Amino acid sequence: MNALKIKRGSNRKSAYNLRDTHDEGIERHTLAVLVDNEAGVLARVIGLFSGRGYNIESLTVAEVDHEDNLSRITIVTTGTPSVIEQIKAQLGRIVVVHDVHDLTVEGPSVERELAMVKVVGKGENRVEALRTSEVFRANVVDTTLESFVFELTGTPEKIDAFVELMEPLGLTDVARTGVAAIARGI
Amino acid sequence: MTGAEMVVQALKDQGVDTVFGYPGGAVLPIYDEIFQQNDIRHILVRHEQGAAHAAEGYARSTGKPGVVLVTSGPGATNAVTGMTDALMDSIPIVVLSGQVPTFMIGSDAFQEADTVGITRPCTKHNWLVKDTDTLPDVIHQAFHIATSGRPGPVLVDIPKDVQFASGTYTPKEKAKTKHYAPQVKGDKEMIKQLAAMIETAERPMFYTGGGVINSGVAASQLLRELVKETGFPITSTLMGLGAYPASGKEWVGMLGMHGTYEANMAMHDCDLMINIGARFDDRITGVIDKFSPNSKKAHIDIDPSSINKVIHVDVPIIGDVAHVLEDLLKLWKANGRKTNKEGVAKWWKQIDEWRAIDCLSYTNSDKTIKPQYALQRLEALTKDRKDRFICTEVGQHQMWAAQFMGFEEPHQWMTSGGLGTMGYGLPASVGVQIAHPDALVINVAGEASWLMNMQEMGTAVQYRAPIKQFILNNERLGMVRQWQELLHGERYSHSWSEALPDFVKLAEAFGCKGILCKDPADLDDAIMEMLSYDGPVIFDCLVEKHENCFPMIPSGKAHNEMLLGEASTEDAIDAAGAVLV
Repeated sequence: MNALKIKRGSNRKSAYNLRDTHDEGIERHTLAVLVDNEAGVLARVIGLFSGRGYNIESLTVAEVDHEDNLSRITIVTTGTPSVIEQIKAQLGRIVVVHDVHDLTVEGPSVERELAMVKVVGKGENRVEALRTSEVFRANVVDTTLESFVFELTGTPEKIDAFVELMEPLGLTDVARTGVAAIARGI
Repeated sequence: MTGAEMVVQALKDQGVDTVFGYPGGAVLPIYDEIFQQNDIRHILVRHEQGAAHAAEGYARSTGKPGVVLVTSGPGATNAVTGMTDALMDSIPIVVLSGQVPTFMIGSDAFQEADTVGITRPCTKHNWLVKDTDTLPDVIHQAFHIATSGRPGPVLVDIPKDVQFASGTYTPKEKAKTKHYAPQVKGDKEMIKQLAAMIETAERPMFYTGGGVINSGVAASQLLRELVKETGFPITSTLMGLGAYPASGKEWVGMLGMHGTYEANMAMHDCDLMINIGARFDDRITGVIDKFSPNSKKAHIDIDPSSINKVIHVDVPIIGDVAHVLEDLLKLWKANGRKTNKEGVAKWWKQIDEWRAIDCLSYTNSDKTIKPQYALQRLEALTKDRKDRFICTEVGQHQMWAAQFMGFEEPHQWMTSGGLGTMGYGLPASVGVQIAHPDALVINVAGEASWLMNMQEMGTAVQYRAPIKQFILNNERLGMVRQWQELLHGERYSHSWSEALPDFVKLAEAFGCKGILCKDPADLDDAIMEMLSYDGPVIFDCLVEKHENCFPMIPSGKAHNEMLLGEASTEDAIDAAGAVLV
């Protein structure tokens, strides 16, 4: 039934449980979209966002069901409530989209992002970088005498904070995966 | 079975009798198969855009999907406008395009284009088929998707080696179509709410659109029953004309930018708006903040994304029009068929007062033919023909045709609404005539639009399609000229043609009949001559060059701020409105 195996807060592709769209403040929503893993599917989703002028803050995609060839796209987007509702409806209209879930309104969910951060430096800076990485529970995945590559997992805010702290300590490169998210509970 | 054979077999399985197309290198194997059979008729157009519009005309007039066959590269890109048009107006067409062989894709081969990439945003769905075994399944899916839910165009891109290779055919019944099944039954609770609102509304209004026509003939019948039983006034969008008969007692005319005064005023002042298969297009709503401010709104639409896209509604009902209307009628009848008779009678009195303004009146002339007069005469001389189909191009003539011609049945009015494609009408009329060989098919055109796809007269002559091209020739881009007059200080930048062809000679060159008419006194005889001629006719009707199309809701204004005629146009549009299209 529920291919995403997350609790539903609303009927699939339904407008009956629409929230009041009169409140026009900008909101940030995390959407989980289950799609057929076939050529061009990502282009369809991205084309929808660019063609209709919606925002993408973060987008991740990977196959999650090898048997049925299904991929899960996690999109973080911003917009007024009516724009968010419209984005969900437009996504639902794409033929290869199986399910659209708004994790932000469908109960509590967990969001994580992975980052790899390269810091180049010597002496006190290098020690400080390593010490800070321990506070953030980052792993060292590569090291030379003058550099570290830290691997860090967490919310986007946590990664932002870490990157900010690394800046004066010799930050040279950041690679981030974008957000993956899933609903809490059964 | 080869891929090319599969294509033809799949079309037969889908009940296709006609294909509009144009051959080229990358579709030669399919054309070879078409050559060797007689079940499917291929209509050779003169330009691929013509094929797409002809397929739209075929689809709109029959309710069946139209089929297009084009080659790779320019063949496919030329069909893009037609697909976009079909997407905007929800018309089911299936486009089959050839592609360079799979091993050459990406090499910038001769006549290679990224067809699925180019057509992704202008189709409901599209496929590049890389394996012959999957080809029949994809074609069956294509028909399923084009015709179910909100209809639309689909494209199947077939590389040449896939057409040559052999594989196993999948019959229609075994195709994987189950995953796409849009909801057709409306939510019971919402229908109950709407039925209750119908019982108490004092100033109700039906606002119907192309969705009623797309839903099928049953939807139109149910709509007629609902309107008759309730006695509520009904208006329609450009796309929905004919779903309810123009001769009907409750009909108040088309609404929107060039709709009737009574329809727009009623939309503005109503207390219950029942939108059936329309989408609150900007030509309908005018400025959104002032759109029908005091009404409760119900919206029946099969596409969830249409709900609350433009206008917030109180009762959204997602489902197929026919299914929802059936449930609604059943429930409302079971509850005792109640309406607020007193309130509705008062409402009709008000509407009749608006009607008395006679917003479509114009000053006639005995020297020049007024375009409105030409269409009134065309209407008078053809309205008794039950098999009359009217197509249009885009512009003033299109609006006048919608205002002055009455449509009694669905599927008899073919016009480019959403995209506003000049050049739509002539090829569409070819498609309609091919589907209805004995019918009277008239394309009401402006000379500028008509010239955009005039090559399709060759198609009409070749297939003896007796289409009547009724060109209201004002030697201007009339609607552009009207906006320049109202909005740009009467600076008529490039809105007239300085070198028009002689349409009568053009007709002769194509091998059909040309008729020129410029005197109102000759008009009836000339129209009768056109109607009685057994073959295609180009009718060059020279009309008043500076006529404006009224009534008009200027951009940036509300329904109750209509312009009714020349006198009211001064400073009608402010700076904010001028930005809008």
